[in-house]
Amino acid sequence: MREIIYLTVVLPLVGFLINGIFGSRIKNEKVIGIIGSGAIGISFLIALGAFIETLGLPVEQRQTIVSLFSWLSVGNLNVSFAYQVDQLSLVMALIVTGVGFVIHVYSIGYMHGDKSFWRFFAYLNLFIFAMMNLILGDNFVLLFLGWEGVGLCSYLLIGFWYDRKFEKSTTSDAAKKAFIVNRIGDFGFLLGMFLIYMTFGSLNFNEVFSRAVSFNISETTFSFIAIFLFIGATGKSAQIPLFVWLPDAMAGPTPVSALIHAATMVTAGVYMVARTSIIFASAPDILMVVAIIGALTAFFAATIGVVQNDIKKVLAYSTVSQLGYMFLAMGMGAFSAGIFHVMTHAFFKALLFLGAGSVIHAMHDEQDIQKYGGLKKYMPRTYFTFLIAALAISGIPPLSGFFSKDEILWQSYANGGLFFWIIGAGTAMMTAFYMFRLYILTFEGKERFGHEKHPHESPALMTVPLIILAVLSAVGGFIGIPEIFSGEHGNQFHNWLSPIFADADRKLASFSMHSHFEELLLMVLSVVFAASAIMFARYVYLKKPSIALNTSQRFRGIYNLLWNKYFVDEAYDAAIVNPILNTSRSFLWKIADNILIDGVVNGVAKIIDLTSKNIRKLQTGVAQFYALVMMLGIVAAFFWIILSL
Amino acid sequence: MNITIEYYLILSAFMFFVGVAGVLTRRNAIIVFMSIELMLNSANLTLVAFSSFQGNSIGQLFVFFVMTVAAAEAAVGLAIIIAIFRNKLTVNIDEINILKW
Repeated sequence: MREIIYLTVVLPLVGFLINGIFGSRIKNEKVIGIIGSGAIGISFLIALGAFIETLGLPVEQRQTIVSLFSWLSVGNLNVSFAYQVDQLSLVMALIVTGVGFVIHVYSIGYMHGDKSFWRFFAYLNLFIFAMMNLILGDNFVLLFLGWEGVGLCSYLLIGFWYDRKFEKSTTSDAAKKAFIVNRIGDFGFLLGMFLIYMTFGSLNFNEVFSRAVSFNISETTFSFIAIFLFIGATGKSAQIPLFVWLPDAMAGPTPVSALIHAATMVTAGVYMVARTSIIFASAPDILMVVAIIGALTAFFAATIGVVQNDIKKVLAYSTVSQLGYMFLAMGMGAFSAGIFHVMTHAFFKALLFLGAGSVIHAMHDEQDIQKYGGLKKYMPRTYFTFLIAALAISGIPPLSGFFSKDEILWQSYANGGLFFWIIGAGTAMMTAFYMFRLYILTFEGKERFGHEKHPHESPALMTVPLIILAVLSAVGGFIGIPEIFSGEHGNQFHNWLSPIFADADRKLASFSMHSHFEELLLMVLSVVFAASAIMFARYVYLKKPSIALNTSQRFRGIYNLLWNKYFVDEAYDAAIVNPILNTSRSFLWKIADNILIDGVVNGVAKIIDLTSKNIRKLQTGVAQFYALVMMLGIVAAFFWIILSL
Repeated sequence: MNITIEYYLILSAFMFFVGVAGVLTRRNAIIVFMSIELMLNSANLTLVAFSSFQGNSIGQLFVFFVMTVAAAEAAVGLAIIIAIFRNKLTVNIDEINILKW
């Protein structure tokens, strides 16, 4: 299965081509859905086969490269379509195809009856194609191809319902925002790639990483490469300062939010940092920047999430916050913990989004949680799976979120100090609080919707994926049981990935020793925090709804600040968007274009017009005049010849 | 009096300029036409003169060609002038100026 890993890339492409070209003629939703989901399902089986096969191999044989064909060959630059099978790419491939397949199946139910059903599945398959290139590619160029490809699909899918309104504008505006903000990050990523090629003379992962260890390269160079790559990651993974696009990306259909804007695409930045871990490990200052940005993003996004009322907005800020967690882990040098959180987050966040989709479906496109309430008796399966996901993201043991989140918290204490732990634990508390605020306002309490709505459980096509993801969210953490419970080298997930990060770990080998007692204490503390936050949310939103209202009244200022998302969008508008818009409008348009460029072009035309209007009078129609001119010409030529003799 | 070649050349140059003046100034197409013939014949005179002075018959041969061409040209030209006259009832070339801006 390892040799045919390229099929996991090719099959989604085939699915995209079939649905994209013939989809509008097939018309049968079942056929389109089976083609779309089947392509991903088979890819998943291949990835799973490759994974099982790899498990049976000794560690040093686990990495292999499947080369398809040479793509670019210019001078010393050789880039080929080659796919790398190793521990990291297999984990990512399993997440993408596994969660992707489940979401494809869910989409058959969710998108039922949409006029562009086929287009949706074509885009989804194209997305998986790009994402697989991103994670399986064995060089930076292929990674970048996937990187841009997923950006394109994100754009296409956010604007999927291009004729619908979204907040103050349209979904197309949200799509453009996502694309443009991502371009800024991509620019950084490109610069990083250029610098890598300049420094190492190659863009191939294995060559670059082995040279990063063996070459004698200054830390400044590493810092520049790392910071540029990280700028790329902040764009794709929605970190400060480029996170503004992700909340708006919720304009897309809910399965898209689950697949692209929660489970897979936004973790591409984390994957990229993990993949280039040796470069980041060689630039400790930048690693610290990564950690700080991650921690701040986690914290601020969580505070915004506490007050939002749109079910998908809350989840979007939660995603930004959890991505911040992953970068915090990366910054702490806990690469495998970060990837572990990518995986568990993919399970429970996809589940949360799909559950939200199920609710939105049942409530006829109503997304305001203040207008839900008491839904648990109408949709028991959605309710139960949503509850599991909410518990998992809150970090309640023994659900998956507990293990990954706790490992990150522990690593940030052990490698970064108390400050990072406090931010992390505070974020975890807020996460538990807003998740249960969301859960209670949606499923518990009094019904706050009118009688015209008749909520109902979604069809099995949608609830079965929910149940699958709920099982994964519940038990997914057991592959990464921390060492204090499982003994020395007992963390299976960590053992699996450790060869990938071996070089980086060796560079960072300055882990201070901490006792198991500390780890246990912090673990208990964070669980207590999360549990108390849940109880508090329960108390506030179930028992005494007036408290929430009073608090928001009393702290009007803070509430407004959070409600308006710290006015970041407004600040960007004022500082960047509007100046550009105004310069374009008043200078580039009205002066540079209308006066300068149009003036030159029209002026030339006018001059030619005027001269020819006068010169054409010479053509009198009187033959004798022509003869006269001809004779004068001959005489002149004659004189010229005589004089020049 | 010894007649040198200059006499012939001066005569033919004079004839040529008479022809040019005729072409440029006269309004009647027939006269313009005659002036063109005059210019052709002045050229013929030059050719004959050089032929005779150099004892070379090629010049005279050329004159026959020119005369043949001139005869053909006269036939076509006169036909055109008649055709124009039938259309416009005039052969005044400053009235025949429709090929203009």
